[in-house]
Amino acid sequence: MQGWFQIILFCLVFTACVPFLGGYMARVFTGERVFLSPVIGPLERLLYRVLRVDTNASQGWKSYAGSLLIFSGVFWLFLYLVLRTQTLHPFNHQDFHSAPWDVTFNTVSSFITNTNWQYYGGETTMSFFSQMAGLAVQNFVSAAVGIVVAIALIRAIANRRQGATGLGNFWQDLTRALFYILLPISIAGTVVLVSQGVVQDLGNWGPVASQEIIKELGTNGGGFFNVNSAFPFENGSGLSNFVEMLAIIVIPASLTYTYGRMVGSRRQGWTIFGAMFALFAVSVVVVYLAEMHGTAAQHAAGVTGANLEGKEVRFGTAGSALWSAVTTVTSCGAVNAAFESLTAVGGLVPMANLAYGESVFGGVGTGLYTMLLYVLLAVFIGGLMVGRTPEYLGKKIEAREIKLVVLGLLVTPLTVLIAAALATGTKYGAPSVFASGPQGFSESLYAYLSQANNNGSAFAGYTGFYQPNPGNLGSHGITFATLLGGLSMMLARFTPIVFTLAVAGALLKKRVSPAGLGTMRTDTPTFGGLLIGTVVLIGALTFFPAILLGPAVQGLTSHLF
Amino acid sequence: MKKNLITSATAVLVLTVLLGVAYPLVMTGIAQVAFPTRASGDTRLIAKDTKGNPRYFAPRPSQTGYNPNATFFSNRGPNQASAEFFYRDQLRDYLKLNGPYTPGLTAARVPNDAVETSGSGVDPHISTANALIQANRVAAVRKLPLARVKTLIGENTDGRSLGVLGEPGVNTTTLNQALDR
Repeated sequence: MQGWFQIILFCLVFTACVPFLGGYMARVFTGERVFLSPVIGPLERLLYRVLRVDTNASQGWKSYAGSLLIFSGVFWLFLYLVLRTQTLHPFNHQDFHSAPWDVTFNTVSSFITNTNWQYYGGETTMSFFSQMAGLAVQNFVSAAVGIVVAIALIRAIANRRQGATGLGNFWQDLTRALFYILLPISIAGTVVLVSQGVVQDLGNWGPVASQEIIKELGTNGGGFFNVNSAFPFENGSGLSNFVEMLAIIVIPASLTYTYGRMVGSRRQGWTIFGAMFALFAVSVVVVYLAEMHGTAAQHAAGVTGANLEGKEVRFGTAGSALWSAVTTVTSCGAVNAAFESLTAVGGLVPMANLAYGESVFGGVGTGLYTMLLYVLLAVFIGGLMVGRTPEYLGKKIEAREIKLVVLGLLVTPLTVLIAAALATGTKYGAPSVFASGPQGFSESLYAYLSQANNNGSAFAGYTGFYQPNPGNLGSHGITFATLLGGLSMMLARFTPIVFTLAVAGALLKKRVSPAGLGTMRTDTPTFGGLLIGTVVLIGALTFFPAILLGPAVQGLTSHLF
Repeated sequence: MKKNLITSATAVLVLTVLLGVAYPLVMTGIAQVAFPTRASGDTRLIAKDTKGNPRYFAPRPSQTGYNPNATFFSNRGPNQASAEFFYRDQLRDYLKLNGPYTPGLTAARVPNDAVETSGSGVDPHISTANALIQANRVAAVRKLPLARVKTLIGENTDGRSLGVLGEPGVNTTTLNQALDR
């Protein structure tokens, strides 16, 4: 009972945050004055001068995408350089060497794409300098990049002005996302986490709390320590667990309100929120009910009670189950319990959540823009059903937009299926797999689901890195797994971004026609239902056969493999 | 293109200095002043291996040998045959250690936290049920009144945060320290 109470409390608290943070973000991105303006305004203007950015220059979609890609590319090279020169770092008191080139390729791609898939264990491979000046910077920056894409798409949908050509200024949006939203919340959050036992030093354990908060807030998920937020020094109490879960979900959830406010109809935002919330609620209930029971192996051995394997007592079954749902509906991927040790049905939930393509709240920004692509698709399908030209907020959805939407939505599942097929169908994938039987297949499938969806959580038996000693001496990577994973992450991050911005470019210039009697309403529960149906159909149909072979098989049998 | 490259390179450096150096260092300063013990790693949050010593409360089984410096998950899957053998061994060891002091203790009455490994490998907490079974042993071996041991268990039980968040647990690290005092 206490567990359900905590889950309901969590849902109430984060929903209550949505109008406040969502409204705040809308004001930030429309250039209104906010309470932090007197403090951050001068810093912001100084930054524009240093970067030589003309904030009056609104960029078209190609220019916006160009700036984003070049910025990400330069940062990719820089991060690679940082991680490959660990022996030269300050704050490297354990004298760690750099990881092999292929593992570094995977790690860099992982952090640039907001995935934070980790083939390495942080505390035995990364200098404090790599963690804070390399990885944690990307926790901020990749999150901001996700947000600005969503904002650009919102502006295009909201635009009512004839002849507009710009989606906004990438550099300005980036700066605002970083310094008005991510940094202030991180500063406050760090203090709360330290009070709950999360460490923050430069001698023994490292600057953990300052990285922990942005790891959650930016839906990044890469742990300072190998066992991520299960470790007491990353997540020390029931309160820190609650705060971290809140940090994971609050921005993706609030962006729906930002959307509603910017398009001038809060109901549009709440409809999307409602669809997301319904799918989220189902996954929480299923995983919690599943984890209340033991696994087949536990029953066979005569152990009674819930499944506590890989879970911490201080979070309990409810705190671990809720976290598992929160971190996989969003593209966070931080874990406070071992996914590989979830019950069969419990382990199915994270997989199903990834199969939705990170649109149920999703990553910061990525969740909203992916869901908006689904919205356009649902409008199109609905329009066909009633036999009218599909329209969304007065803008006609035509062939070009739908082509781009479908391409944007299909890149990720295609990447997952091809990569997972290569990993299971060829001999090169075998060295990465830990478990035998269906669990081994789950590990492989989950690895590529997680990487391509930029989530980063893992059935952690799947490895790409042999590390005999702490500090990387004598270690080597499994090149196939590291490269395939790295390429999947990059492809499934930046291709949808480009398609999304292209959709934005197309919608921006659409003439707005007034809503008539025949216009399908998109702010009603009926439309919410249609949206849920679209997401579930595409997610479920794409991955259903694959998921049957892994967790579903294990859930249906008490046979041990 | 060229302008984007220059702006990107500048932004990479500026953002690294602001978010990667200034921010963590300032937060370290604040944390060290405001919460000196917790910010440097509060050892009470980390389980200590009791190596089966009957004088102490055993924390949960650990996949990592209770090593906080190199952590990993057990990756024990739900339908793994090897997992069944592991749990059987854990049950046997627990019954061997505690059975003589708790008559009627059977596998069905062993709490799950006593046989299933924690996530971090250093979870300091055990369930109250687990602690009460071990209390019989610790009291007998140390020749302490059982009531005294139970009082110590109560004093070293960490409740839910703010009374509602998380689950209560008996902290074996502080409890064992209290026993030695």
